[in-house]
Amino acid sequence: MSKEYFLQGNEAYAKGALKAGCKFFAGYPITPSTEIAEDMARDLPKNGGVFIQMEDEIASIGAIIGASWGGSKTMTATSGPGFSLMQEGIGYAAMTETPLVIINIQRGSPSTGQPTMASQSDVMQARWGSHGDYEIIVLSPSSVQECFDFTVKSFNLSEKYRVPVIVLGDEIVAHMREKIVIPDNVEIIPRKMPKESPEEFLLCKADENSTPNMPVFAEGYNVHVTGLTHDERGYPDTNNPQEHAKLVSRLCNKILKNREDITSTDSYKCEDAEIVLISYGAPSRSVITAVKNARNEGIKAGFLKLNTIWPFPDEEVKKLAKSADNIIMVEMNLGQLVNEVKRVAQGDAKVSLFGKIGGEIHKPLEILSFIKKVQGGN
Amino acid sequence: MRTEMRIAGFGGQGIILAGIVIGKAAALYDNIYAVQTQSYGPEARGGASRTELVISDEEIDYPKVQNPDILVAMSHEAMMAYLHDLKDNGILIVDPDMINEEEILPFIKEHNIKYYHAPATKTANEKIGLPIVANIVMLGSITEITKIISADAVIKSIKDSVPKGTEDKNLLAFEAGRKIVQ
Repeated sequence: MSKEYFLQGNEAYAKGALKAGCKFFAGYPITPSTEIAEDMARDLPKNGGVFIQMEDEIASIGAIIGASWGGSKTMTATSGPGFSLMQEGIGYAAMTETPLVIINIQRGSPSTGQPTMASQSDVMQARWGSHGDYEIIVLSPSSVQECFDFTVKSFNLSEKYRVPVIVLGDEIVAHMREKIVIPDNVEIIPRKMPKESPEEFLLCKADENSTPNMPVFAEGYNVHVTGLTHDERGYPDTNNPQEHAKLVSRLCNKILKNREDITSTDSYKCEDAEIVLISYGAPSRSVITAVKNARNEGIKAGFLKLNTIWPFPDEEVKKLAKSADNIIMVEMNLGQLVNEVKRVAQGDAKVSLFGKIGGEIHKPLEILSFIKKVQGGN
Repeated sequence: MRTEMRIAGFGGQGIILAGIVIGKAAALYDNIYAVQTQSYGPEARGGASRTELVISDEEIDYPKVQNPDILVAMSHEAMMAYLHDLKDNGILIVDPDMINEEEILPFIKEHNIKYYHAPATKTANEKIGLPIVANIVMLGSITEITKIISADAVIKSIKDSVPKGTEDKNLLAFEAGRKIVQ
């Protein structure tokens, strides 16, 4: 059985978190993500969970890291200014392999920018915002249904790979309402507890490229959690070059070597496309209209929608770069993910950027004109 | 077919709720597609307020309204701000007590606009005794004039959108709104 609702994206994020088993939310409300905190404050206690409004976003990420080690599935929601404050905590969560979900509803930026308008300008920050070599997972929904589905998926990926997962939304999808279907049951990946006894267990012992099981506090296991480079026991070992290389390589490779399992894209009419458009989040909605209109005018256009943007779906983009002449990246910034497309498509297809800032998504007609301009350039 | 509608007035008139009720009626009860968006400014009351709907029998990709087929104006300021986006041969529904129509008659003639009066605020005050339901009166008029959503669907949608205990008054307001434009 399933139930239909007419909801705003932000309401769907909260429903997704609850359905995935989130039991702890700590956050500091910020436009345009506030409705997520409001709904979690209302519904989480009724579902056996805890909601805390923290004093700021630094404390919020600290609280969800702690609650995750206490055994709960945890989440916070924010926007650009708060996301900036969370960066140190994100690196700590990556180093300590702490599963958690962060929803960032992007608004016009930099700084406090445009609280009530949309953007996609935190794309590189989501990837590189904390210091050091690390890999995380980032998903980007383009419909209210995807707000729900991707949140559930984010919780699952964060448990499977013990990594912070970021849902990178935008104000447009966060605040528009459309129908969504919420199933009674969704696939839920539970916390993987150690199989060994506390005496035999080593906190950070893991095979190459793999994710170790995770004990929680107060169950008899020796749980020493540190952001310092640590050995298999979890104790600091900061001067050993081999130990550091082994640890950080594993943290990156457990994501990169599982790219195929993690990444997700949808393609539309790409098989014979000469011009492929790539987009993610809200602008995808304009791109699909533009591609349909282009096809109606006999232009061989196709569309690749990126559901996960980090790790970047290299293979899918490379394949299209080989079959198409032109790739157009459509994003609401002055050029961020386009650089990944260029890296992957190098030598195979010409890559152009149609970036837009100001807070509104590209209009389908603007995109169609851009397609024609690119086509004319050949 | 894709129909675009914009409802505008000032904050506190229940404009956004009216948009949600229509969207929900279409998407959940008429089983067609609907996307509702809203202008989203820092003002809470008194400033301009606007909601937009795309309603279609096909899946909706681009979610925003560009040139509405239907404009509903509950204030003079809103009407003047958005009238020029209205499509030729489009539908304009106004609350006549909230606007000054002198200014727009030439535009209506020139663009062949189908023009309707729906005195929602007056009806809410005089027939229901509650000025707060003017938005629901207007919903009745919108339903009756445009027929893009069914009255049955709107009634179901009102019941799950308004605060518990106020359903009867709101349904009276809806019926009154239908009557004033029949």
